[in-house]
Amino acid sequence: MNKFSPIYLDYSATTPIAPEVAQVMIPWITEKFGNPASNTHVYGWDAEQAVEDARTQVASLVNADPREIVWTSGATESNNLAIKGAASFYQDKGKHIITLKTEHKAVLDTCRELERLGFEVTYLPVKDNGLLDIEIFKQAIRPDTIVVSVMMVNNEIGVIQDINSIGQICREKGIIFHVDAAQATGKVEIDLKVLPVDLMSFSAHKTYGPKGIGALYVCRKPRIRLHSQIHGGGHERGMRSGTLAPHQIVGMGEAFRLAKQNMQKDIEHARTLQQRLWNGLKDIPAVYLNGDDVQRVPHNLNVSFNYIEGESLMMAMKTVAVSSGSACTSASLEPSYVLRALGRNDELSHSSIRFSIGRFTTEQEIDYTIDLVKKAIVKLRELSPLWEMVQDGVDLEKVQWSSH
Amino acid sequence: MAYSDEVIDHYENPRNVGSLDKEDEHVGTGMVGAPACGDVMKLQIKVNDMGIIEDAKFKTYGCGSAIASSSLVTEILIGKTLEEAGKIKNIEIASQLALPPVKIHCSVLAEDAIKAAIDDYKQKQNRL
Repeated sequence: MNKFSPIYLDYSATTPIAPEVAQVMIPWITEKFGNPASNTHVYGWDAEQAVEDARTQVASLVNADPREIVWTSGATESNNLAIKGAASFYQDKGKHIITLKTEHKAVLDTCRELERLGFEVTYLPVKDNGLLDIEIFKQAIRPDTIVVSVMMVNNEIGVIQDINSIGQICREKGIIFHVDAAQATGKVEIDLKVLPVDLMSFSAHKTYGPKGIGALYVCRKPRIRLHSQIHGGGHERGMRSGTLAPHQIVGMGEAFRLAKQNMQKDIEHARTLQQRLWNGLKDIPAVYLNGDDVQRVPHNLNVSFNYIEGESLMMAMKTVAVSSGSACTSASLEPSYVLRALGRNDELSHSSIRFSIGRFTTEQEIDYTIDLVKKAIVKLRELSPLWEMVQDGVDLEKVQWSSH
Repeated sequence: MAYSDEVIDHYENPRNVGSLDKEDEHVGTGMVGAPACGDVMKLQIKVNDMGIIEDAKFKTYGCGSAIASSSLVTEILIGKTLEEAGKIKNIEIASQLALPPVKIHCSVLAEDAIKAAIDDYKQKQNRL
């Protein structure tokens, strides 16, 4: 193993561009430079054709009509466009929005901004397995609720929400339903002819495509309207202005084509390795899996190791690239809000590691990681006063800590 | 996050990890921080009859910088008098470890741990 390249187990953060994707992109960088909006010459026509072919590829993964796919700069922008765009368009019907405490910042911060603009947002709690309680959701709905946003797969803990049930309820009440599917494409079957979803965000770089490109599904039947957030030329049926980037778009198209082709294989591969990893870790004392163990994608394993702190654990695992729900590793000193929402106390939020598996992960890498983690836990528990107290039979809940 | 070589050294080879006998009349124990903050340091000093710290041990729950801060502290303390120990400031610890601004609080906690250990020792002595 190359000592400068740690084993990559952070696929939920981003994925490498698949070789096939890179190949497809290159001619659009080195030779074919036309602007797809140039409709008077072949440079533009070629680019436009490639963009439309890619649109079909993206639509095909999710069983949507290509005309329902809008190109954006990524899922963050898609989330902004969907939530702000729908809230703005439908605000005469009401100004109440519902989302979950565990959503990605791209949704939460967008909602905060809408609150600043006079909308009201309800941030629903989740159960301790990370899933939304449908009864709680129903009770939160008001006559003036216009938009609901729930992610399909959570980026930190990998749980899959019951999008179908939530969507049915929204349809009945005429509420716009947005789903952030950035972490779902290629991992979970998505059939938009069947799922009652009005808006869905996609990201290329979570599915072996390039960064800087994504898409938003905007349902045509029933027709969903949005106020564009970026103006200047009326591209993408007036929903998102700006010159399209063919090299990025063909990349995303190819990535989604591969995702469709390889989905079952990718899922099985991830599931096998996830099992292997969990089997290697679960017998370590005071280890907890964060998030429901059934309603989850097989690519994600978010584990808390009690009585040790996440950043120090990651330091002991320098040769493996993972991320942590520890405060020290986020810009603020607060632990992961997702883990807090699961009811995890602060210690368990500080001591979590997210392992995410991908298409290129090997058994050897998993075995190496298990070994490394076990050694690190032993070393850090040796160092830990909390572990010592627990071994001595002290109940940590009852200790009076000095604050600083 | 890039760690300084000093922090990495203390993390890979922590000095004086372990525990002294809390009940020993020559031992002062300081426990500072809270699990909710992600930092807990236990620092123990063994003081001889001449008021000199002849041994120190630590255990820390916290990030690499917190571990390094407490490890360095045990090194600095051994051989000092209680008075000298009480004068140790967090900036000394932070600069020796080249801690970035976001980690300065780890050195502050280490300074608190020293004071807590000294206080505990003194209270024990008063009771005897």
